[in-house]
Amino acid sequence: MNFSMILYVLAWVLKLEALSLILPLICAVIYHEWASSAAILLTAVGAAVIGLLLGQKKPKRTDYYAREGFITVALCWIIMSLVGALPFFLTGAIPSYIDAVFEIVSGFTTTGSSILTEVEHLGKGLLFWRSFSHWIGGMGVLVLVLTILPLGGGYNLMIMKAESPGPDVSKMVPRVADTAKALYKIYLILTIFMILIFVLSGMPVFDALCIGFGTAGTGGFAVRNSGMADYSMLSQFLITVFMIMFGVNFNVYYMMQQKRIKDALHCEEARIYLIIIAISTFFIGCNILPQVGDLHQAFHHAFFTVGSIITTTGFGTLDFALWPQASQMILLFLMLCGACAGSTGGGLKVSRVIIMMKEIRKELTVIIHPEAVMHIRLEKKSIEHSVVRSVNCYLIMYVLIFLISVFLISWADNFDFTTNFSAVAATFNNIGPGLGMVGPTSNFSTYSDFSKLVLIFDMLAGRLEILPMMILFTPRVWRKSTW
Amino acid sequence: MNIIVVGCGKVGMALAAQLNKENHNITIIDNNEKVLRHAVDTLDVMGIHGNGAMLQTQREADIKNADVMIAATNSDEINMLCCLIAKKEGNCSTIARIRDPQYTDEVSYLRDELNLAMVINPEMAAAKEVERLLRFPSAMKIDSFSKGKLDLIRAKIPEHSNICGKKLSELGKSLNVLICIIERGENVMIPGGNDEILAGDTISFIAKPHEANSFFQQCGIEYSPIRSCMIVGGGRVTYYIAKYIQESRLNIKLKIIDIDKDRCEFLADEFPDATIINGDGTDQDLLLREGIENLDAFCSLTGFDEENIMLSLYAGKLSKARLVTKINRIAFENVISEMYLGSVMYPKQIVADYIVQYVRALQNSQGSNIETLYKIADGKAEALEFKVNNNPAIVNHTFMELNFKPNVLVAAIIRDHKIITPGGSDFMLPGDRVIIITTNTGFNDLKDILA
Repeated sequence: MNFSMILYVLAWVLKLEALSLILPLICAVIYHEWASSAAILLTAVGAAVIGLLLGQKKPKRTDYYAREGFITVALCWIIMSLVGALPFFLTGAIPSYIDAVFEIVSGFTTTGSSILTEVEHLGKGLLFWRSFSHWIGGMGVLVLVLTILPLGGGYNLMIMKAESPGPDVSKMVPRVADTAKALYKIYLILTIFMILIFVLSGMPVFDALCIGFGTAGTGGFAVRNSGMADYSMLSQFLITVFMIMFGVNFNVYYMMQQKRIKDALHCEEARIYLIIIAISTFFIGCNILPQVGDLHQAFHHAFFTVGSIITTTGFGTLDFALWPQASQMILLFLMLCGACAGSTGGGLKVSRVIIMMKEIRKELTVIIHPEAVMHIRLEKKSIEHSVVRSVNCYLIMYVLIFLISVFLISWADNFDFTTNFSAVAATFNNIGPGLGMVGPTSNFSTYSDFSKLVLIFDMLAGRLEILPMMILFTPRVWRKSTW
Repeated sequence: MNIIVVGCGKVGMALAAQLNKENHNITIIDNNEKVLRHAVDTLDVMGIHGNGAMLQTQREADIKNADVMIAATNSDEINMLCCLIAKKEGNCSTIARIRDPQYTDEVSYLRDELNLAMVINPEMAAAKEVERLLRFPSAMKIDSFSKGKLDLIRAKIPEHSNICGKKLSELGKSLNVLICIIERGENVMIPGGNDEILAGDTISFIAKPHEANSFFQQCGIEYSPIRSCMIVGGGRVTYYIAKYIQESRLNIKLKIIDIDKDRCEFLADEFPDATIINGDGTDQDLLLREGIENLDAFCSLTGFDEENIMLSLYAGKLSKARLVTKINRIAFENVISEMYLGSVMYPKQIVADYIVQYVRALQNSQGSNIETLYKIADGKAEALEFKVNNNPAIVNHTFMELNFKPNVLVAAIIRDHKIITPGGSDFMLPGDRVIIITTNTGFNDLKDILA
């Protein structure tokens, strides 16, 4: 285990975080929020100093393998969250440190679950930081580090694998650093474009920025107590479209950028993702029609909610906890299913679901033709057995962690099943609002500190796709030698 | 003609024997002295011992005066090199055997860049034959033009066909194919508008590959399309058949049985729509379990002739499936022909036939610009494919203005990958390819069709 190298990378993460705090600082200064400004400045300076001290010189041992990569990713996200929570804690806006950590983890992991009842009391500077954390967390911090820090060797792909969602990560260009750059470029351009459109649609600039960050990272923090309900129908529609766009595999945009439009349009995962959205919208739209009364309204809200849930963003225009049970169940399925691999969304990922469905078909065929040789194909290519295995294993870990988490929070807080179950589903899949007592109009503040810690773990595990967080609890990787 | 054959394997031998029979001067190059001696002893040919890809050896074989060079060693790369050197050193048509599936998508590029007159691939040729059998179970014979864009199909008109007794001009537009030849008893004629079709005639018609089936239905030729096909043995021929079926979107369910696990994995990867079974194709239980009794077609394409024969006999006993049997060694032909094996494929023989046909066309057309020549209607008529050159007597005149010889039919014009069935107001342009059907013989140039 090369601790000095891990420390060196973490130092870079701190430096970057200090840098990213500058934007909320500017925002706080603009709105004359001096307490917030001071807290943010203090945090930024602290992070920068520690970062500079630790990262003073490059370690002599530069060997860096898969386990270092995974540990780095897990530690990076934890430390980033611990530091990122400081502004909330120092200003006293969120008096409990655990609550502050919950809030910022919810930000970085693009979950969007909040413990705040009155969002607007936070002040513009902190609201900005909260939403901006979605944007940073959406694409991943270490991916950004990779673009500036030449680690060398082929093992930096491990970092990318650990941080990017999806069953199999492929490089778009030969070098990892260039792939990361290409991804961030697409991410940045799409975000700027989206914010401009939001402003043009009549949203206030501050809201457009924050909602834009939340949409790009598929996070879900709102800046108003009312959620999204204040914005015009047009704005809401635009938000939906962009949420869905950020739930598509970024490879598709890369292909479009490379003028490989035909390949981009034939992306199997993206197609199925859009089909799921269309079918769910149609079903829910019809299902809630009697309750809403107006056809246009029904489909508008169905579309918004489906887009918000499947991309694991978690914005809400209205309280879907009041909808018929059938619609709520569909939303629960969508929560588990999640967005495309290689997007900023969470959940199981559409590609994993496709692979699992095809596995079922394969098993059934093998019963009829016991000697049949069949390959599971995705995007017209056979997928290796190891990928299929890791998908299966992922599902097992997913279910286990899910059930254990539900057990732990039920034990700590004796809430009803819907609330506990959907609270885990909402945090583990990085969605935000659940059903019942943690529905779109309520929040997580009623949970005890122990439950919050469990949910914090779930959010991190969900964002990092379980393995990096599990590796932290494997004693063998902490030993100095490979034995 | 002077012909050099490099490589004296099964294809080389079959070729040399056949071409020898047609009075060509054959020189065989091989680096195995024993095989070479056998060839020289049994055939009236000259043998040269050496590496065919070496300039020295080719000079020894008098490459400068050769008309055709056929490279048929077992290495694709050596074959290409042979042809490349032959083309640079001499002035002959070169034919290369290229059969690795990896090269199949690049064949036309290789052909153009290496200036090859022809590329032969025994397995692909055999697969093409099988695919035609699966596609048109009712056709008697199929020849293709312009790399398979058009087929010339021969079929017999049954009694009670609803096109019987009608004049062609009456049928007119309701037919989407062009009837080129009617054979009635000993007579072979190229029909005009006033001719009528009678029951018992054998007709040959030109059609695009996907149009033929509807014509079969239209004229009541018994036609039961093949919907399921089982292939035992997953070798190269099978690979190409599956590829053709996949590409042409024929609605045929394919089941391939092979004993080799890795081969099965490969096939499963290439052909997601086919069912690939990893098992012993000679295992009766397996065959029954996979439904050998309810099949439309059964192909035994393993590497062992004996297994293929047994499998086909077994399948023929259990089902009414159309059978295809691959046989590698051309021996005991008279015994084989007495057994009920369905269509028997000799891949080596098929390519030998192709080449002989080509050499024949080359001989007939020395100094002409015939692209393809088929003898049709039992040799009583010819179908020729020409490339149109810039001859002012022909180009840019509508067909009504041109004065054709009797018994000449311009069956199709292929212009920029588009196929035109010519009418009176159509005309030819330089660069077009035209297909001429005629009962006359000895056409060397397109201008010969004019009176």
